[in-house]
Amino acid sequence: MELLVAVIIGVLVSTGIYLCLRARTFPVVMGLTLLGYGVNLFLFAMGGLKIDRVAVVGLNSDPTDPLPQALVLTAIVIGFAMTAFLLVLALRSQGEHHTDHVDGDDEGDREGRR
Amino acid sequence: MSHWIIAPILIPALAGMLLLLEVRERHQLRRVTGLLSASALLAVAVLLWQQAADGSITVYRLGNWAAPFGIVLVLDRLSALMLLLTALLAFPALLYACRGDDRKGANFHGLFQFQLMGINGAFLTGDLFNLFVFFEVLLIASYGLALHGRGRARVKAGLHYVVLNLVGSALFLIALGLIYGTTGTLNMADFAVKAQALSGSDHTLLRVAVLLLWVVFGLKAALFPLYFWLPATYANATAAVAALFAIMTKVGLYAILRVYALAFASGPLAGLGRHALWALALTTLVLAAIGALGAKRLGTLVAYLVVMSVGTLLAAFSYGQLQAVGPALYYLLHSTMICAALFLLTDLVARGRGEAGDTIAAGPAIPHGGVLAVLFFAAAIAVAGLPPLSGFLGKVALMQAVPVPLYWALLLLAGLVGVIGLSRAGSSLFWRTLGPGDGVRPGRQRLLALLLLLAMVLALTLWAQPVLQATASVAGQLQQPQHYIQAVLPGGAS
Repeated sequence: MELLVAVIIGVLVSTGIYLCLRARTFPVVMGLTLLGYGVNLFLFAMGGLKIDRVAVVGLNSDPTDPLPQALVLTAIVIGFAMTAFLLVLALRSQGEHHTDHVDGDDEGDREGRR
Repeated sequence: MSHWIIAPILIPALAGMLLLLEVRERHQLRRVTGLLSASALLAVAVLLWQQAADGSITVYRLGNWAAPFGIVLVLDRLSALMLLLTALLAFPALLYACRGDDRKGANFHGLFQFQLMGINGAFLTGDLFNLFVFFEVLLIASYGLALHGRGRARVKAGLHYVVLNLVGSALFLIALGLIYGTTGTLNMADFAVKAQALSGSDHTLLRVAVLLLWVVFGLKAALFPLYFWLPATYANATAAVAALFAIMTKVGLYAILRVYALAFASGPLAGLGRHALWALALTTLVLAAIGALGAKRLGTLVAYLVVMSVGTLLAAFSYGQLQAVGPALYYLLHSTMICAALFLLTDLVARGRGEAGDTIAAGPAIPHGGVLAVLFFAAAIAVAGLPPLSGFLGKVALMQAVPVPLYWALLLLAGLVGVIGLSRAGSSLFWRTLGPGDGVRPGRQRLLALLLLLAMVLALTLWAQPVLQATASVAGQLQQPQHYIQAVLPGGAS
C-alpha cells in the first residue's frame, strides 16, 4: 500500500515537472495540474495510510487523522481556482502573441529546430 | 481580548466585497471606498503598533479554539511593524492610482483591497497552513493586479510569474505535508517546540521540509536563483501596483525571519540552511547590481534595486546574530518606501516623455521636468545609500551590525554600481533631450502621492534614532521566542 501510493505520487510529480518544463502553455498547464494531484495525494498520505477507517472519533477504535483531509480540501479548491486562472491567462497570451509559446515568441524555437 | 487584531484582515475584505457590489461606472464612489479602507487600515495599524510597542504579545484565537488546535493570529512587534509599513505604503499607492490608472481595468480597487488583505493576513497569522492560504490570497490578487491595464509585455511577464508561483505553492504544500507528518502540528509556536524533540529519520525529513520552506520563501522574496521573474513583472506592472509590490518581496523575508527566529535560532536545528542563505543573498546582491547596470529601462533599473535590497537584507538576517535584525528592519522600511517612490517617479517620467517612455536613452524633454529631476536626484541619493538620507544611515547601521569584510565590500560595491546606474539613467532622461515632445506634465495628485512616499523617507532620516530603537526592540523580542511560544500555548506544549 505505502509503496503503491509512493510510486503513484512519484510518477505524478515527475510527469508534472517534465510537462512544466515544456515550452508550450498547454503542456505547462497540464504539468501543473498533475503536480497538484501528486502534492494532494502526498498531503493526504501524511496523516498515515489506513484502510476502511472513518475520520470520525467514536465510530471505530482507530479513526484516521481528519486534518490532512481538510488540508487537501483547501489545497484542491485553491489549485482549481489557480488552474482556471492560468488557462484564461494562457488563452489571453495566445490571443496577444498569436502563439502558445510561453515566451510569447517562438522565433528562437524555430531556429533551434532548423 | 482585543478584537482589533483581526481588523487589518477584515477591513480590506469587507471593502473588497463592497467594491465588487458597487456599480462599475461610478468611479468616484469606488475610489472613496478604497481610500477610506486604506485610511482606516492606517489608523488601525498605528493603534496596533502602540499596543505591541510595550512588548506584549497578543494572541487572537479564531472561533476561540485554543492553539494548537485552532488557528491563531499573533500580534507582536514584528507583525505590527510590518502592518504599519503596509498601510503607509498602500495609501499613497492607491492615491496615485486614483488619478486614472484604476480605470484601465474593471476591478482594480477590489483586487487592491484583497491584495492588502492577503499581505496583512500573512503578517498576522501564527499558523503555517494559514500562512499558505494568505500567500495564495495575496498571490491571486497580485496576478490580477500585475496584468491590470493589459498589454503584450504584461501578459508575457504575468504568465511567467503565475506559473512560477504555482510551482512554488506546490513546493510549499509538500513542505507543509512533511512538517505535519513529522511534528503533527502546523501551529508555528507548537512546531518550534516539537521540532526540537525530533530524532532519527523524522529529523532528516524535517530538515528537508524546512529547506523546502526556505526555497518557497526565497521565491517570494526574489532570492538568487529565483529572482528572474521579478524585473520583468515589476517593470511592466502599472506604477501604483509596482509600488505596492515593493512590500511583496518583504513578505517572503518576513516569513523567513519569523520561522527562523522561532524555531532555528537555538537548539539542535540551530542555523539550518543559514550558510546557504548567506551565500545566496550575497550572490543576489552582486547579480542585482550587474542587472541594474545593464538595465535599458528605468523601471527595470528600479526592479533590480528591489532585488538588491532583498540581497542586502537577507544577508543580514542570515548572518546568525539576531542583533543584525534591528538595523536590517530599519533598512527594510527605508528600501520599501524608496523603491515604491521610484516606481511612481518612473511612471511620471514615462508620461512626461510620451512615446519614449522610460527607456534610458536620449528622448523628448519632459514638460516642467525640473521638479521630477530634483525628486529623482533626491530619491537616487536615498536609494544608493549616499549621505545624508536614510539609505546611508541604514547601510552604516547594517555594516556596524555585520562586521564581515566580504559583506562590507559587496555592499559598498553594489552601492557604487547603483550610483553609476542611476546617474547614467538620470543624465540620459533629464539632460540628453531632443526638444519638446508629446508628453504630459506631472499632475498634482500624482505628485502628491510621490511626495508622501518621499516625505516618509525624509521622516526615516530625521527620526532615525527613535526608529532604530524601535526596530532594535523588535529584534530584541525576536531573540526571545519563548515569550511568543508562552503567549500562544499558555498551558505549555501539548
